[in-house]
Amino acid sequence: MILYIVRRVIMLFPILLLISIVSFIVIELPPGDWVSNYITNLRNSGIELQEEEAARLTAMYGFDQPSYVRYAKWMQGIVTKGDFGWSFQWGKPVNDILRERLPFTILISFSALILSWLIAIPVGIYSATHPYSITDYIATILAFVWVATPGFLLAFVAAWLVFHYTGFSPLGLNSTDFLDAPWNTAKLIDRIKHLILPIVIIGLSGTGATIRVMRANLLDELKKQYVTTARSKGVPELTILFKYPVRIAFNPLFSTIGWLLPAIISGEVIISVVLSIPTMGPTLLRATLAQDMYLVGSIVLILSSLTVLGTLISDIYLAWADPRIRFEGTGK
Amino acid sequence: MTVQEQSSRTAQELAGQPDEGLAAIPEEKLDVRSERFYYAKQWELIWWRFRRHRLAMISLVLLIILYLIAIMPGFASPYLPQSRFEGRQQSPPTKVHMIDENGGIHLPFVYALSRELDQKTFKYIYTEDTSQRYPIKLFVKGEPYKFWGLFETSRHLFGVGVDGPPLLLFGADELGRDILSRTFYGSRISLSIGFVGVLLSFFIGVTLGGISGYFGGIADEIIQRLIDFLLSIPALPFWMALAAAMPRDWSVTKTYFAITIILSIIGWSGLARVVRGKLLALREEDYALAAQAAGAGQPRIIFRHLLPGFTSHLIVSLTLAIPGSILGETTLSFLGLGMQPPAVSWGVLLGDAQDMVVVAQQPWRMIPGLFVVIAVLLFNFVGDGLRDAADPYAM
Repeated sequence: MILYIVRRVIMLFPILLLISIVSFIVIELPPGDWVSNYITNLRNSGIELQEEEAARLTAMYGFDQPSYVRYAKWMQGIVTKGDFGWSFQWGKPVNDILRERLPFTILISFSALILSWLIAIPVGIYSATHPYSITDYIATILAFVWVATPGFLLAFVAAWLVFHYTGFSPLGLNSTDFLDAPWNTAKLIDRIKHLILPIVIIGLSGTGATIRVMRANLLDELKKQYVTTARSKGVPELTILFKYPVRIAFNPLFSTIGWLLPAIISGEVIISVVLSIPTMGPTLLRATLAQDMYLVGSIVLILSSLTVLGTLISDIYLAWADPRIRFEGTGK
Repeated sequence: MTVQEQSSRTAQELAGQPDEGLAAIPEEKLDVRSERFYYAKQWELIWWRFRRHRLAMISLVLLIILYLIAIMPGFASPYLPQSRFEGRQQSPPTKVHMIDENGGIHLPFVYALSRELDQKTFKYIYTEDTSQRYPIKLFVKGEPYKFWGLFETSRHLFGVGVDGPPLLLFGADELGRDILSRTFYGSRISLSIGFVGVLLSFFIGVTLGGISGYFGGIADEIIQRLIDFLLSIPALPFWMALAAAMPRDWSVTKTYFAITIILSIIGWSGLARVVRGKLLALREEDYALAAQAAGAGQPRIIFRHLLPGFTSHLIVSLTLAIPGSILGETTLSFLGLGMQPPAVSWGVLLGDAQDMVVVAQQPWRMIPGLFVVIAVLLFNFVGDGLRDAADPYAM
């Protein structure tokens, strides 16, 4: 088991390296370099930068050196000091900007993942035990429509419906009354009310596919002979269902985290933009519109790494739950 | 596929195939059923099976209609996308009547509208002037446009003519432009980007997947890791970052192709997987060995002998990949990172209505979004039908 974890963690490094290189390419993509753009912008707005100040900035980001040196500098900053660079748009280190937003991204994505399972697992079990029933068809159709609807449209319509019928505006993290209020129970309840909608929408976006996976796996499992054997021995139907097939059908759910997580993170980005929740999403959008590339690159780096780490955790869980995976490739 | 699996499949085919296939032959050919089935080409078999899938058939017809609109938006829509109607800013959809004031029944017609500003709520109130009916006519003369840039014409599929009131079936935006015409013109970009993007993904996917599956070894290992990597990163932030690097002053055509490329950078990986998996299975077949023995070169074996073996599967994967491109373009344009006005696409139209207040007061501004959902659904249904039909020899 430990050997498996160690191997899996070592395999992580090439992928992280690739992610960092791609993020750096993103930073370098726009024509011209950052410092000269920055200086031109300052000049245009009437601020004259001292020659030595400009030279200092150029040297600091290594724009007088080849790009691999700049990459090495950027990586060195991240690995040794956790320093992701400087945001020209905010005039702040990237770290300061992301520190307040990253927790919300993780909180919302994680809750959305859990919620999507809480919905998908019971529905999947029901669909598999009652295949081709009306409920099964409805679940299938809903899953189809859900997959076909762009996330921002869902968020839009949902926010509008909530506002229209309850008069409660689900935008932002808190209602305007509470913005400057000190923390108390009322503010906490207000905050939770604001978080429900994004979590539900993002969570449901992964539900359709998860229902299908759960249903297909369970249907396969239920056809197996041990189920027939158990049935012929007179084991109650519910006991049969939950004792073995459901537990086995869970495993593929974990192995699909690898592609569910990127979808959830993508969903989190766009839905936070629509509902103006201060997570990585709106920050990324503003940074991209302003071509603030260190911020853009850092966000891509962090979000991708998060996904890869999430996949790692699910893989380790899977190995712990299923010995066949643990021993795969060790030849024993 | 293991040998065991393969042999069991063949047995299954032998046992189950004739009945299944015969059922797929249309009724009118009943008398020649058995012969028709055994002499039918593969494409005929696929078509017969596909036709039995009713939902997929309906979806295919609707998709063709959507694409006809996208090909001839000037003809299909009553107005030009940029023409404004003074006094009809933010107008709700025009009501189409069939029954007049006195209960008389007519072909569909509209009334002229007059507008007043409510001094209390500052909302416009529209009242219908029921004194004159304006029938909706087919092939009506309207604003001139260039058909495919070839010749000038002023015929539109439907409308109320030049003298009638504006016919705004989907309402108007804040500049008084007809949303229906804009949605139809927008379909040009939104629907074609799916095809063009997938075509690009297809070339990258088939080439890299082909190399990976046929040659194996180190090339396979590298390409597989690359695919794993691409599938593990969240697509949207990556697309946004790449779109950010795109200069804002690019022309519409340049932006269009840049977005296509951005969407394909991730899009090819799924296709490459399909190609690789199929090639891995097929290259072990006897006929591949026979071709090799006959002295065929590797490109010839791959493209002449192996590729036709799974063309149908490729088409299924392509059909199911198109919705991703459509959603990608819509999302990027909605965020203001994709197509830029004055270009019209469904995403741009939705981006115009970004404000919650706008949506609350003019819900019809969301209609282009409905088109996105419908187009994506149709592609999924057709893809599903094709998947079932793709392998006519299987159960």
